[in-house]
Order: sequence, then structure tokens, then C-alpha cells
Amino acid sequence: MTDFLQLFFSGLATGSIYALAALGFTLLWQASGTINFAQGEFVMLPAFMMLAFLSAGLPLLASFLAACVAASFLLGWAFKRGVVDPLFKYGMMPIVVATIGLSIAMRSGVRAGYSAEAYPFPSLFADKLFNIAGVTITLSDVGTFVFAMALVLCTQAFLARTVTGRAMQAVAQNTESASVLGINVPRMIFYTFAINAVLAVAAALLVTPTYLAKFDMGESLGTKAFFAAIIGGFNNSRGALLGGLLVGVSENLAAAYISPAYKDAVALIIFMVVILFKPQGLLGRKEERKV
Amino acid sequence: MKKSTFALLAGAAVLLIAPQFLKNYGIYLLSYWLVFVIATMGLNLTVGYAGQKSLGHAAFFGIGAYTVAILMKAGISFWLGLPAAALICFVVGVLLGFPALRVQTIYLAFATLGFNTAIWLVMRNEEWLTGGTFGINNIARPKLPGLNLDSNLGYYYFVLALTALLAALLWGLLRSPWGKAFTALRDNPIRAESLGVDIRSYTLLSFAIGAAYAGIAGALFASLVQFIDPAPFTVGASIMMYLMVVVGGPGYFFGPMVGAAVGVILPEWLRFAQAWYLFVFGSAVVLLMIWLPGGLLSIPDRVRARWHAREASAARIAAANQATGA
Repeated sequence: MTDFLQLFFSGLATGSIYALAALGFTLLWQASGTINFAQGEFVMLPAFMMLAFLSAGLPLLASFLAACVAASFLLGWAFKRGVVDPLFKYGMMPIVVATIGLSIAMRSGVRAGYSAEAYPFPSLFADKLFNIAGVTITLSDVGTFVFAMALVLCTQAFLARTVTGRAMQAVAQNTESASVLGINVPRMIFYTFAINAVLAVAAALLVTPTYLAKFDMGESLGTKAFFAAIIGGFNNSRGALLGGLLVGVSENLAAAYISPAYKDAVALIIFMVVILFKPQGLLGRKEERKV
Repeated sequence: MKKSTFALLAGAAVLLIAPQFLKNYGIYLLSYWLVFVIATMGLNLTVGYAGQKSLGHAAFFGIGAYTVAILMKAGISFWLGLPAAALICFVVGVLLGFPALRVQTIYLAFATLGFNTAIWLVMRNEEWLTGGTFGINNIARPKLPGLNLDSNLGYYYFVLALTALLAALLWGLLRSPWGKAFTALRDNPIRAESLGVDIRSYTLLSFAIGAAYAGIAGALFASLVQFIDPAPFTVGASIMMYLMVVVGGPGYFFGPMVGAAVGVILPEWLRFAQAWYLFVFGSAVVLLMIWLPGGLLSIPDRVRARWHAREASAARIAAANQATGA
């Protein structure tokens, strides 16, 4: 039982990182119909940005904030203007193909232009263990979970409670009526891209101490985030949270109790079961087809 | 003679004569390219003609390769292994497609992507069957009376003949009412359905036939390189095949030939830039999507469209001038 709880809690920590990446992914999809295949690379690049700021002498939190600004510009504004805007009119698939190309370019750009090595990354949390009723939990697991949850809940509160957030949701639900109501649609879409970039930087901050900064670190993370988003429900931002935690926990349990070699298949199996019985995802709404 | 027939004959002549001017490695590379042409022809049917977004093609490619390798290690002839590879891939394609095709577009892309990961894990982990990361080596070339397939030149002609055969089959399929239904499905699934096309079975069929092509390609691949391990069958390889179809021009019959050349032969030429090649390739895909979403083979159509537009506007101006002059 204690084993089970220990695995469960460390799974929650991993799952909350998946949830961060998955949340950005669903927000982009809702606001602009963009499916970002480079989501994993959007986590990898900020990890290297933060390393660069760290080696320039900034403390970890300051590097995090600096990376947030840099990422909002590069992975938010430049990505939207350079890739998404010109392709928007062609529908979904060209954007998917372009982001696939982008992910290849980013990954091999870092590899060829910087390094193929894995770099250690300082953790936000001290190396400390808690022992509660025989269950050992590390501070970094607790901290990761709390930090990620706080960020997800803040994003949701922002979307639900503030005027800007509600305007963003209006754009996501019906772009035409939103613009008739005087909402600045392109700006709201840009905000979504910026939030996605910031969430990616946060995911990088939490995941890199264990994954290490490496050019291909985004590959599995990106895929897990997609599965988490679809399992939870593509058109629902709470779904990303549920999906992320579900994938993180079941992966950890399956690795321990079933087979560590097949750990990466867990997300796929949950995904297959979900789309067989509830294609819109666990918390998703059904979408009608238009003729 | 029609211009297209002439181009076809010229292309065939080049493919027949080219090996005479190439060194052994060049011939090997051409065979490698043809194997990918077969695989991406199948993917083009699924993606370009039927409009199903499949990102798991390398899994079928791998299943085909391992089928032949394992059967040949068990002493079974290549000539039985090849149809077995096609058949197994067809059946697996149906089994995967049945649940996965309930969902469309991007969901299907993820389902096939996940399937590829699962197959790759099996190849890596089930050492008793696949040899794990050590792979299977010393896979023999097939024996054919009258043609020495152990030499790269002989094997090249064998693969070329098979490619031509499979291309002709696909051509026939696409001309048939069946093939028309595939395209109808891609262009407007709801209209196709209302006209009585059974969407489910047609998409399933296009998916499974595409998988069978990948299986045949995989079988030829195993026998060409004579050593297989899980590395060429990753999700990354599937994505690369998808990009080959998109770069060549999805829905163009000769798109896969161009796309596979970009994906297989070009990296060899640009070897000196190895580290940066993928970076350039990835960026080129982004730019291609922005400027030429129809792929490389859409260039002639575009030029023609622009030429027609220019001609039409010249005629219009001439007509307008005449009108004002009169």
C-alpha cells in the first residue's frame, strides 16, 4: 500500500507537468484551431534559454521570468505571425505539417547549432524527503505538483474571471460574434499564444531537473501532452488537467506493477479506450458536423 | 504521342539506364529510394487520395520487414514471406483502422502515432521474436532463376519491376469506380456519404491497402539492407514518410517519387551539411506549407493557372481596348 501511494504521488507530479503542456495545447486549439506538433520543442527551447540566462549570472527565478518574456515573443508572437497567420486560411492540416517541420527544425537546430549533450538543470526545490505514515515523498514532487496546479488554476481563473479572459473565451467559442461585439480578436489570439509560451516555460522549469536539458527532451513530453489533452477532452481546459494527471499516475503505476518496458504505451492504451467509447474525451462536449 | 506519356517513357528509360553510370553504392541508394517510393505510394493513397491523416506508416513498414526477416530465419522462402508481409499488414491495418477510423483527422493522426510507438516497443522489447535492439542480421536476398539478386544491380531491377507493377495496380485502382469513391471521400465526406458511398468501409479499405504497400516495401527493405533493428521504424520515421508525401504533393500520382527523393536521396548529396540538413529540411517544410501548400508537384499546375490568368486578362484588356476604340 505504501508503495502504491508513493508511486501515486510521484505520478501526480509528472502528471501535473503533462497537464501544463496539455493546457497550452488545448488553449491554442480553442482560440485559433492550431494543433501544435512542436509543443514538446516549445518546452525544450525555454530550458536552454533559462540555462543561457543562468550562465549569464541571473538567479533561477529571474532566468525563469526572462525566459517567459523571451518565449512570449519568440514562441508566442513570432510563431503566430510567422507560421500560424499565413496558414490559418488553409485549415488545420497545413498548420499541423508546418509545426511538424518546425519541431524538426528546432530540434536539429539546437543539436547542430548548440550541442547534442544533456545538460544538468538546477531544481527549484531543495533535495528533501518527507515521511508521512511510512510513505516517502520528495519535496520536489510536492513542489512540482503544487506549482503546476497553482499555475493551471490561475490560468483558469484568469479565463473565467477577468474581462480579458472572458473575451478570450468568447473568441474561442465564436470568433465572428466576438468581433461584432468589439473584441479585438487578433490581440486575444496573441494572448493565448503568449499564455501557451509561458505555460511551456513553466513546464520546462519543472521537468528539466529530472529530464535534463537535451535537444530531444520534448519528443516524448509533446506526445504525452497531446494524449492527455485528447483523453481529457480537446475542447475543455479542465480536461487537460484531468488527462495529464491520469496519464502521469497510470504510467507510474503501470511501470511498477505491469512492465517498465511498456511504460510509454500506457498513454496510448487509455487514449484508444477513450476514443472508442467517448471520442470527445472524458470532459469534452460533442461537436456537430457542419455541411 | 501525348506529353505525359512521353515524360513517363523518358522517366522509365532513365531508371533503366541510370545504374549503368552509377557505382555500387549509388545503385544501392536508388533501390533504397524505390523501397520508400512503394511505401509512400501506399501512404499517398491513404493521405492524398482518401484524406486520412495517418502518422503510423513506419509501423507497417516495420511489420513487413520483421515478417520477412523472421520467416526467412525460420527457413521459409522470401516468395512466401513477401505476400505474408502484405497480408499481415493489410489485416493489422483493418484491425487498427476499425476503432481508429471512428474518429477523423487529427484524432486519427494521434491514434496511428500511438500505434507506431506500441509496435516499436514490441520490436525493442520482445527479444525472443525480434532480437530486441540487436536486431536480426544476415537476412538473405531472395533467389530468382535468371537474375542474380545478391548483386545490388540485380536487386535494383527486381525492386524496379515490383515498383512498376505496384504503381500500375494503384493507377488501375484509382481509375476504377472504387478510386473515384476515395477521392469523393476526401473532397467532401458528407456529400459522398449522402450519395451513398459507405464512408466507413472505403476509408478502412484505403487505410488497409496503404498498409499493405508499406508491408511490401518493408519486406523489400529487410532484404535490401540485410540487417534490421527497431531504429528505422520509429514515430520519427512515420512523420518523415508523411512529410515525403506532403512535400511531393499529396494526391499527385508521382508525388511520392519526388517526395521520397527529397527524403532519401537529397540527404546523401547534402552529406557535408549532415548536422544542419534536418534543420534546413524542417524549415523548408514550414516555408513550403506557407508558399506551396499543394507540394512540389503543384508547381506546374500553379504556373499553368497563372499563365491562363495572364492570358485571360490580356484578352480582356484587348477586348476592352477594341470596345473603346470602336
